[in-house]
Amino acid sequence: MAQKKHTLNPDKWVQQHADYLFNYTIGRINNHDLAKDLVQETFFAGLKAMDNFQGLASERTWLISILKRKIIDYYRKINSIKGKAEVKMNFYSDGEREGEWIEERAPANWNNETDKNIENKELNLVLEKCIGNLPEKYEMVFRMKTIQQFETEEICKELDITSSNLWVIIHRARTQLRKCMEDNWFKN
Amino acid sequence: MKLNCDQATTICDKSQYGEVSLLERIKLSLHLFLCKKCGKYTKQNVILTTCYEKQAQLEKMKKDCLSATEKQCLEKDIKEKL
Repeated sequence: MAQKKHTLNPDKWVQQHADYLFNYTIGRINNHDLAKDLVQETFFAGLKAMDNFQGLASERTWLISILKRKIIDYYRKINSIKGKAEVKMNFYSDGEREGEWIEERAPANWNNETDKNIENKELNLVLEKCIGNLPEKYEMVFRMKTIQQFETEEICKELDITSSNLWVIIHRARTQLRKCMEDNWFKN
Repeated sequence: MKLNCDQATTICDKSQYGEVSLLERIKLSLHLFLCKKCGKYTKQNVILTTCYEKQAQLEKMKKDCLSATEKQCLEKDIKEKL
């Protein structure tokens, strides 16, 4: 007996899947309009590819697989923006001092690292601003790993990157954030 | 066996997620024994991790979703293409 085949009902896509797809996207790309655009693109790509749907997977699984490709494309796009996409260097990248702290970027003493200050609501605003200042690629990977708390393996699979690649990105993001939080919060 | 500061702090960052190997942990300890700057980084990193975890909790509570109007537009766009 053949299994029951799934069918596509584009009339009901928005009603049945828009929230789910949007939620999936916003956990990876923290920007309402961008996430909305990707959901829309997914539906449009789905309409175009309807003839290829074989009914083996559910409608939602099929739409998610299209969305996943859109997210990888987006990541590749922000990864290829040269110059703008790099964080500030914190360490010498060559010469005799390669790998050493660049003096003015090295950790300074913090004045208000007490628990009370960490509970402060304003701190979250400053932090949000610092995260927002990261180049897109770094923000995306940092958020997925640290704020959305995805497994390393999952992120590597979804963005098609290696784990050493991931840790370099996390490291650069965190050193830049440290400096930003030092300048805007902990040293004040 | 010897790490530079860039490598040492990379391991320190990794350790914030509990994903370092024993060898990495040993190499990092050796480096921290000799390097004050990275020692400071490590101390601050723990504080920052607490901040990030708090941010993660806040993020889980707030829910960004599509508005009814946005969905209507989306629906209209799809119908046009059908």
